Amino acid sequence: MIKRLSQLITTVCVLALFAGCAERKTIDYSAYKQSRPKSILILPPLNESPDVKATYSMLSQVTYPLAEAGYYVMPVALVDETFRQNGMTTPADIHQLPMPKLREIFGADAALYVTVSDYGTRYMVLSSATIVTANAKLVDLKTGTTLWTGSATASSQENQQNQGGLVGMLIVAAVNQIVSSVQEDAGYPIAGMTSARLLTPHPNGGILYGPRSPKYGTD
Amino acid sequence: MSITLSAVRSCAGLVLGSILLAGCNAPKPLYQWESYQPQVYGYLKGDSKEEQVTALERDLEKIKAKNGAVPPGYHAQLGLLYSSLGKDDQMIQQFRTEKALFPESATYMDFLMSNASKGAKQ
Repeated sequence: MIKRLSQLITTVCVLALFAGCAERKTIDYSAYKQSRPKSILILPPLNESPDVKATYSMLSQVTYPLAEAGYYVMPVALVDETFRQNGMTTPADIHQLPMPKLREIFGADAALYVTVSDYGTRYMVLSSATIVTANAKLVDLKTGTTLWTGSATASSQENQQNQGGLVGMLIVAAVNQIVSSVQEDAGYPIAGMTSARLLTPHPNGGILYGPRSPKYGTD
Repeated sequence: MSITLSAVRSCAGLVLGSILLAGCNAPKPLYQWESYQPQVYGYLKGDSKEEQVTALERDLEKIKAKNGAVPPGYHAQLGLLYSSLGKDDQMIQQFRTEKALFPESATYMDFLMSNASKGAKQ
């Protein structure tokens, strides 16, 4: 009896461990919490991959998780157009723009600098995998302070059943959302997964909830 | 003895069940997105702007029908499309709506609208 009981308790404990996060990253959120950004300007992502589609594919996927996290996200295509009309056509040039100028024109509290390091399909002997990897830095546009950094990767070969929890749900949502869209770009839905993973608040080093979320201030 | 065992079992069942439910507790999205992001991708890739306007106008009706919340940037994107099709009055209307729904956009929307009026005077 006692043996059975302890077996049961052990099983429950192990499951509970898996349900929560086994290990928490310690990240200093003090600057982030002090800054309390309400609005985020996403700059066109830098692309380190050989695929030219990476910048715009990623740029069009980052609004969803940030807006659902409770931030106002500056309209990404309109922002890109404003840069173009002012002669700024490459992400590298745009990432170098002085922050006071960005703040003056867009009025955003923070800017998100994204770099796509991997975007595309790798063909292997027996299979192929489409992989998108990106990292991001959230910077306070008033002070220039870095508030948060993170990175994420996603692959077409992941088993969807393994993506439990909140982030998993949002990824499924993000993928479902683009069903109607362009199919010629295999990286596009994967960029959506990477984006959701990168920018959905989670307790293990994720971004914090913004003021438009009912969970604002709880993390 | 057997009663305790079944009690323990049902207890464990409850714990397991609640863990499972905690995982399934999907949060309700803040916004009704429809095809906003794919349309933005279409714009950035240079797809037909007429088709994008049609899709975004159609989706806006869907959002209104369900009394959903329009995502940030949606009206601004429509404004951008109207602008590139030469419909400046409708552009201004969309930028105003974006600003009304999201006061965080005020600086940028005002910048765009003042540029548009300068452009019109020239």
